[in-house]
Amino acid sequence: MRVSALPRFWAFIVPIVSVVVALLIASVIIIMIGKSPIEAYTILLKGAFGSSSAIANTIVKTTPLILTGLAVGFGFRAGVFNIGAEGQMVMGALMATLVAINLGSVPPFIAITITLLVGMLAGAGWAAIAGYLKAKTGAHEVVTTIMLNWIATYLSSYMVQVPLAVGSGTPKSPEIAPSTKLPELLTVGAINMNAGIIVSIIAAILLYIILEKTTMGYEVKAAGFNPYAAEYGGISLSKNITMSMAISGALAGLAGAIELTGVHYRFLGTLSGGKGFDGISIALIGQNNPIGIIFAALLMGALRTGSNEMQFAGIPKHIVMIIQGIVIFLVAADRIVRTSMIIMDKKERIAQETKRFVKRAVILSIIIIVSMFLSKEGLWSFLGKFGYYVGKVFWVIELVSLLSLMIVVALYIISAVISLGMVYSRRKKVKS
Amino acid sequence: MKVLEALLSIFINPQFYKIALTASTPLIFASLGGVFSEITGVTNIALEGIMLLGAFTSIVFTFYTGSAWFGILMAVLVGIGFSWLHAWASIKWLGNQIVVGTALILIAQGITGFLMKPIFGRPGQTDFIGRINDISIPGLRNVPFLGEAIGEINPLVIIAFVSVFVSWFIIYKTTLGLRMRSVGENPEAADTLGINVYKIRYFGVLMSGVLASLGGAFLSVGETGNFKELMSGGRGFIALAAMILGNWNPIGAMLASLLFGASEAYANLLQSSKLIEVPASVKPLFNMVPFIVTLIVISGFIGKTRPPAADGVPYEKAE
Repeated sequence: MRVSALPRFWAFIVPIVSVVVALLIASVIIIMIGKSPIEAYTILLKGAFGSSSAIANTIVKTTPLILTGLAVGFGFRAGVFNIGAEGQMVMGALMATLVAINLGSVPPFIAITITLLVGMLAGAGWAAIAGYLKAKTGAHEVVTTIMLNWIATYLSSYMVQVPLAVGSGTPKSPEIAPSTKLPELLTVGAINMNAGIIVSIIAAILLYIILEKTTMGYEVKAAGFNPYAAEYGGISLSKNITMSMAISGALAGLAGAIELTGVHYRFLGTLSGGKGFDGISIALIGQNNPIGIIFAALLMGALRTGSNEMQFAGIPKHIVMIIQGIVIFLVAADRIVRTSMIIMDKKERIAQETKRFVKRAVILSIIIIVSMFLSKEGLWSFLGKFGYYVGKVFWVIELVSLLSLMIVVALYIISAVISLGMVYSRRKKVKS
Repeated sequence: MKVLEALLSIFINPQFYKIALTASTPLIFASLGGVFSEITGVTNIALEGIMLLGAFTSIVFTFYTGSAWFGILMAVLVGIGFSWLHAWASIKWLGNQIVVGTALILIAQGITGFLMKPIFGRPGQTDFIGRINDISIPGLRNVPFLGEAIGEINPLVIIAFVSVFVSWFIIYKTTLGLRMRSVGENPEAADTLGINVYKIRYFGVLMSGVLASLGGAFLSVGETGNFKELMSGGRGFIALAAMILGNWNPIGAMLASLLFGASEAYANLLQSSKLIEVPASVKPLFNMVPFIVTLIVISGFIGKTRPPAADGVPYEKAE
């Protein structure tokens, strides 16, 4: 396999390009249901950062996402794909609830620490089942963690319906003891911003140190990078797999415990709502780097918060899932992005690529204009009902070529910026 | 004693066999799809997403045209298109197959959820749209036990069993099948012998798209006649487990699917058993049964099965 000459550089560029392309594709989907993407994205931005309560809400949403992102990202580094952060989060929250409702007489600092630790342990234990099975019997962790997700979901919905149930209406557990509630950093309107964000960021920094500066981190990375070589080098693979899954699960469990002690204050059975799966896209966008994951989580938190506002404007918030899916797809098959980027570092390359770009743009624009005319309502009415579909086909052609044009333009601009940056940095090197 | 009686009485209830068949059918289709893809060396975790999209597409086109069979045809086409994305990213661009598959599941969940409101006017689930009617088998209908169990059967169930044997024949008795298996075991050697590794792999993945979307279509137009968000509910993954348990063999996958389907049917019937009272609140515990069975089976039997040697490994032609 060819190794890229600029791994660091691509690690940075591929996720950005993927997000841009995903947003463009999503905008075409929004046009298809008859809404304006510009309006949609404005609402999304406003919903995420438009007011101080929106920002607080985004941060609250980001908190567990940092942790699930770290959970999946750490797994990737260690060579396991923890798709079960969802279930580990639920188990973390469930166990933390069982403890937290009984900690009324314990002073807050100790009570919070115990609750969060219990959450971490529960997540770790739940994930370690999958890790142990992989190490001992070779059962693929993707299948086992998915099964564990479903088991956790049904178990928790049973727990809130029968043993823990209080009140009527939505099934819920009793409220946790006041001493176990996370302190609030500030309150904006109806939003309480809890101290969980600090815990998350500390976790990210700790994980960065463990991964980059300790022997354990080195072993984990080695086992993930090339398991056979690592085993030959004296690293116990089965121990490593179980431990990596446990650490990954502990992070997800912590996310669940923080959601419990900082946001809901009671266990609702299904509190995760896709955060475990968000962790996958966050880890990939952040390129499994703890610091990158913080920013990727912020992006995803903003998308989640903003999409709630979009829902009011008639755009289903599932659009966020589609965006996420496209980003994961492109980051996983990063060669698609890499080959579509052109580095114009020489004069001839600039002329050549610009010519090609203009040619593509002109052709696409012509297709768009022609199909715009052909898709006009009533133009094909002489064909009857069939004519309606002919019009629709041209409408789809118009939208797809519009999308291609946008992607071509975006790629050209990004490539140009990168090329400029490279030329500039090279000059600087020559001078010094 | 009463509990034991209740537990055992399910086996002599013809309804059990009927429900078990119905529950197994989507798993049979999807696990066959998994076999086709993995035997050529491409892990297809996206089965879950393809199923969901198949269920959705078939309902949408049944809704527009009134014909459930046309809906199934469109579901197959969309399944091919969607699995082509998987093939394109993981065969041509050597993407991480498991991550690409996860992305496709998310996209399928997103698109089906997103389009619910524009097409059906409300999110969540649709009304009854239409389904493929069961056909009654003339000779069997009046036979006491069998008649009740399989006297009336959905044509898709029959198609599922037929495709098991067709797949077995293709994979083990034809040149194409031999090529598929050799590409999955040792792509370099197959390439040296002049087999086009990429084409064979594309074929495997696209076949998995056809079969998995048939499985999905069965969930909607074969069974309930409506579409619910996330209605595939983990069946794509159970199908993967069935494929593993069945040792990547169509007939093994069918038997494993029957086992999982039976465990689902068993849990269902136990909930409605007249011999023991099962409070509604305990229901979630019964829903866990198929997943626990899958987990136990996959971790207990895995040592005895063996995946194709090049399963999940992208193949890059040497230059």
